[in-house]
Amino acid sequence: MNFVIVGATLPDGKSADLFVTDGVFATEAARGATTIDAAGLTALPGLVDLHTHLREPGYEQSETILTGSRAAAAGGFTAVHAMANTSPVADTAGVVEQVYSLGAQHGYVTVRPIGAVTMGLAGERLSEIGAMAGSRARVTVFSDDGKCVSDALLMRRALEYVKTFGGVIAQHAQEPRLTEGAQMNEGALSGELGLAGWPAVAEESIIARDVLLAQQVGARLHICHVSTAGSVDVVRWAKARGIDVTAEVTPHHLLLTEELARSYDSRFKVNPPLRREEDVHALRGALADGTIDIVATDHAPHPLESKECAWDEASFGMVGLESALSVVQLAMVDAGLIDWADVARVFSSKPAEIGGLAGYDHAFVPGGTANLTLYDAAHQRVFGLGDLRGKGLNTPYLGRELPGRVVATIHNGYPTVLDGELVDAATVAADAVNYTSRNPSA
Amino acid sequence: MRHLLSTKDLDLETALGILDVAEDMADVANREVKKLPTLRGKTVINLFFEDSTRTRTSFEVAAKRLSADLINFSAKGSSVSKGEGLKDTAQTLAAMGADAVVIRHSASGAAQVLASSGWIDAAVLNAGDGTHEHPTQALLDAYTMRKRLHGDRSRGKSLDGLGVTIVGDILHSRVARSNVWLLNTLGAHVTLVAPATLLPAGLDGWPVTVGYDLDAAVDSNPDVVMMLRIQAERMHAAFFPNTREYSRQWGLDDDRLARLRADTMVMHPGPMVRGLEISAAAADSSRSTVLEQVANGVSIRMAVLYLLLASEGGAA
Repeated sequence: MNFVIVGATLPDGKSADLFVTDGVFATEAARGATTIDAAGLTALPGLVDLHTHLREPGYEQSETILTGSRAAAAGGFTAVHAMANTSPVADTAGVVEQVYSLGAQHGYVTVRPIGAVTMGLAGERLSEIGAMAGSRARVTVFSDDGKCVSDALLMRRALEYVKTFGGVIAQHAQEPRLTEGAQMNEGALSGELGLAGWPAVAEESIIARDVLLAQQVGARLHICHVSTAGSVDVVRWAKARGIDVTAEVTPHHLLLTEELARSYDSRFKVNPPLRREEDVHALRGALADGTIDIVATDHAPHPLESKECAWDEASFGMVGLESALSVVQLAMVDAGLIDWADVARVFSSKPAEIGGLAGYDHAFVPGGTANLTLYDAAHQRVFGLGDLRGKGLNTPYLGRELPGRVVATIHNGYPTVLDGELVDAATVAADAVNYTSRNPSA
Repeated sequence: MRHLLSTKDLDLETALGILDVAEDMADVANREVKKLPTLRGKTVINLFFEDSTRTRTSFEVAAKRLSADLINFSAKGSSVSKGEGLKDTAQTLAAMGADAVVIRHSASGAAQVLASSGWIDAAVLNAGDGTHEHPTQALLDAYTMRKRLHGDRSRGKSLDGLGVTIVGDILHSRVARSNVWLLNTLGAHVTLVAPATLLPAGLDGWPVTVGYDLDAAVDSNPDVVMMLRIQAERMHAAFFPNTREYSRQWGLDDDRLARLRADTMVMHPGPMVRGLEISAAAADSSRSTVLEQVANGVSIRMAVLYLLLASEGGAA
């Protein structure tokens, strides 16, 4: 399917027509191309999420690769990195190849598996990092996310060993002993509510240790979901020293604060927890000045029963793919902190670079694979369950007014979202087969 | 009053109202027939996810004195211990037509979740949620203080200017939290005394004075000293070195007892660990209000059940 996208506003603010022919950007319209009127819409390069929980294999009651891919496409994403904490854990070539293949077969987004750092996420022995890197899934990001690689020696070895294969460790920074039983940010509010505290120092001390380890062994390090002002200071210090570290922040940490825990509504229970207003402002500033490199969703779907209970008993996590761009618009763009070119960087080119995903370094270049999303930034909506496309309903934004709406998403040159609605699964799967047959190396 | 979930959201008028109704309820205990027909036909469920014979029994006595039908739904040996969650239990009780649910749960906020969930329409009475609040305990403590101060002329009186020192494991104590908010509303000055390991983070915003030194607190002429229980599981988690050191530093021993005024009240929410946080002499002295607290607990719980179920034609 070929497209002429008429009158889109590019991230740099200029207006342009875009042409998609045989899966790539072209300089002119193909005959018979479908016209999309993009007047008033912002064209962004396809969004890339470096931190997604797709739950399959093993937790299909929460999400599958298909349902998570659909949620991603609906949110404007064309690539997601699937975290390793599945069952079985993604710690062997077999598991990552299965996840990769299912993603390619469904075709809504490019699914790039993340490999576990340690076998079974147990934090004891390294997983088969080389085998995963050399597999068809070509894994480049390794993470025990959900758990911290807390053993200092094991973390050192992991940083060194992954360097061998050109990969990166994405650390979930959480000192385990300091957060035993932790339920929410530690502070005045946790004291009042009687919920066990998750102190900022538990995150900041691990980040401080790991940037020094990365410097010591000359390796790359990526920090998942930075959540405190103190962590921002540590990352800023590390970058000033030339340490090869990158960092991500979630949309929810850019917008929401711990005050929401006051309701004991477990939709607001997440790990790392929602923090103070000061932290939210520090994170926004850090994303704006480049200290924090990217936004990543940490999309964490859970079945209803894991959230319909007392706070202590509820699972950690929120879904985020469908709302991510809206939340970043609200917290960052509408607040005047960044522009759409910055959004393209923090949500597409930079996460692709960290993840080693080719084809995202220059957007809309003729000959380049057509991955893009058309976004109506002027739209306003009250976010509801009807806006969700995955299995998880555990969104913290229910009933909240959010700006923007994804109108169309094009992945590898074929549409996954048109007129704000997902293209059906059979059509997308067939388009994915066509794409793969034309690009056997992809 | 629709529910009683915490003392933080009780204003002075409501709090005094509960205490005054409890005065009337106390009179019932002195009658030959200790029973009022007020809540006849109302069903009160004691939903205890945690063991607490004392609190459960106190609510049971209170409900029965008001002629309500009281059913104990305890977690042990029921479907609750077989993995049934709060939601299913609540819906089951709703289907049975419960008018009020008295809930004790190990998770902070469980009572609030039950009240705001829409799973059940009954009045919810928090009988202790995790380390959050235990509002009827604080109310009975305030009632006990007022009674000692003003006797039969207690009605309508606040606790203006009273100095109350709460000692022990503040961090994990729902009794301490409920007392801090209620006593502050009633005009008392609260001092918290504990090792730093057993104080919550961010106490700056609390309406209290904080200290580490029990001797200094004893010598500052408090009107009330409230000792909190040290639970066994704290002793192995590096909150303090051992019970001997804890007792020496923060126990109300005979020497400290002797330095208190003759009319200083010594309170304890029970159950006490004699010899650890409180000496036997302190627990049994004329300053001790421990048994009054138990008796007053019934009056307070009668008052709360009455206000939740009998006024305004029942739960609106």
